[in-house]
Amino acid sequence: MFSNIDWNVIIRSLPYLFLDGMRFTIMLTLMATAGGIVIGTLLALARLSNIPGLSHVAGAYVNLIRSMPLVLVIFWFFFLVPYIGQWLTGASRPIQVGAFLSALVTFTLFEAAYFCEIMRAGIQSIPRGQVQAAQALGMTYWTSMKDIILPQAFRNMLPVLLTQTIILFQDTSLVYVISVTDFLGAASKVAQRDGRLVEMYLFAAIVYFVISLAASYGVRRLQRRIAIIR
Amino acid sequence: MITITNVSKWYGKVQVLNNCSANVAKGEVVVVCGPSGSGKSTLIKCVNGLEPFEQGIITVDGISVGDPDTNLPKLRARIGMVFQHFELFPHLSVMDNLTLAQVKVLGRDPKSAAEKGMKLLERVGLNAHAAKYPGQLSGGQQQRVAIARALAMDPIAMLFDEPTSALDPEMINEVLDVMIRLAKDGMTMIVVTHEMGFARKVANRVVFMDRGEIVEDAPTADFFGKPRSERAQLFLSKILQH
Repeated sequence: MFSNIDWNVIIRSLPYLFLDGMRFTIMLTLMATAGGIVIGTLLALARLSNIPGLSHVAGAYVNLIRSMPLVLVIFWFFFLVPYIGQWLTGASRPIQVGAFLSALVTFTLFEAAYFCEIMRAGIQSIPRGQVQAAQALGMTYWTSMKDIILPQAFRNMLPVLLTQTIILFQDTSLVYVISVTDFLGAASKVAQRDGRLVEMYLFAAIVYFVISLAASYGVRRLQRRIAIIR
Repeated sequence: MITITNVSKWYGKVQVLNNCSANVAKGEVVVVCGPSGSGKSTLIKCVNGLEPFEQGIITVDGISVGDPDTNLPKLRARIGMVFQHFELFPHLSVMDNLTLAQVKVLGRDPKSAAEKGMKLLERVGLNAHAAKYPGQLSGGQQQRVAIARALAMDPIAMLFDEPTSALDPEMINEVLDVMIRLAKDGMTMIVVTHEMGFARKVANRVVFMDRGEIVEDAPTADFFGKPRSERAQLFLSKILQH
């Protein structure tokens, strides 16, 4: 089966695969993670708040997003974002945002729902006494969140947050549905062009595997280093 | 300084405080004791508004705690509180525990906050541990840091919620010693505790609670000498047996 394998196709396409494809994949992963954690944390605070309605709105959003396939959300946003942009700015035509921005918005908002649940669990894992101690020192809600609760919640949840990021790293390959070239997309294009499906898909699998494995290993090391002494 | 007038509180249908009234004058040390579940901790947490209450009035330095217009964080910043389980911030060093609220709440500059923190650590005998994290200290040391953290805010009164209940026996005295010195320095204190030796030594008055009610509120000598209520007599006979 491997008799007529041409490994050279991989070497030849390395610059394209990594400088175009992987660059996109990693940028999308990092930016969507950063945005997702910020929005997810705000959603978590909303879900846990006592303000009437707020927790329901946040909860509805999270449940809606989490009950939809990611591919569907990517599609929806790709076709919807231009119209939402038009509606927001009052422009006469749908705003063309480009595939990258569309993908970024989609993944950020999608991941926010998952990060919300992670951060919610993290916040709830902090003993009530910590909140009371912060309050007793005269801290306001935002001060106690920023300096006492969230730093601890974040540290407790860091392994889960990073694991979710690794999943996101793999999920970004779904952008092929809106014809964006990520790492897998690039590999796929070369595979089709040169008729080297086995080589390219095997190589892509190995790259995803190695990066994800190295990242999980890094997470475990980091976890040991930043653990709070109790 | 602190007035508690006809305070009642319910958890759902269960009444946990029933028409409690007590006053604490400036410089006074009041010990609150009673069987577990009698509402002692709940009452003391009502004083700085950590627990809401449905009926009655509590004022601290003339400011009503239950009034929705009261700026509770501002009021709380002036009342020190020490918890049963210390509640130091585990992700911050001992020094940062002492300076955070000084800087963020009182707006002090970090340098003078650190100086103040160091002075208080010396006072509780822990200046060698400023750079450590709470998890590296023993329970007694943690509680002394917690007292220093509360004192760093220059409080007008201190609330202690069973400060020695979570400690190993050999560590109780180091914490009580700090509290006794504080009392002798004239700090206004409400102390929920079962340490009757401490009460005898420094309390001006003892408040005895049972089932959410203040059953007895008497000068310390009278409370230990001739408690009026049967429930207080029974309680004392149980805990002073040994």
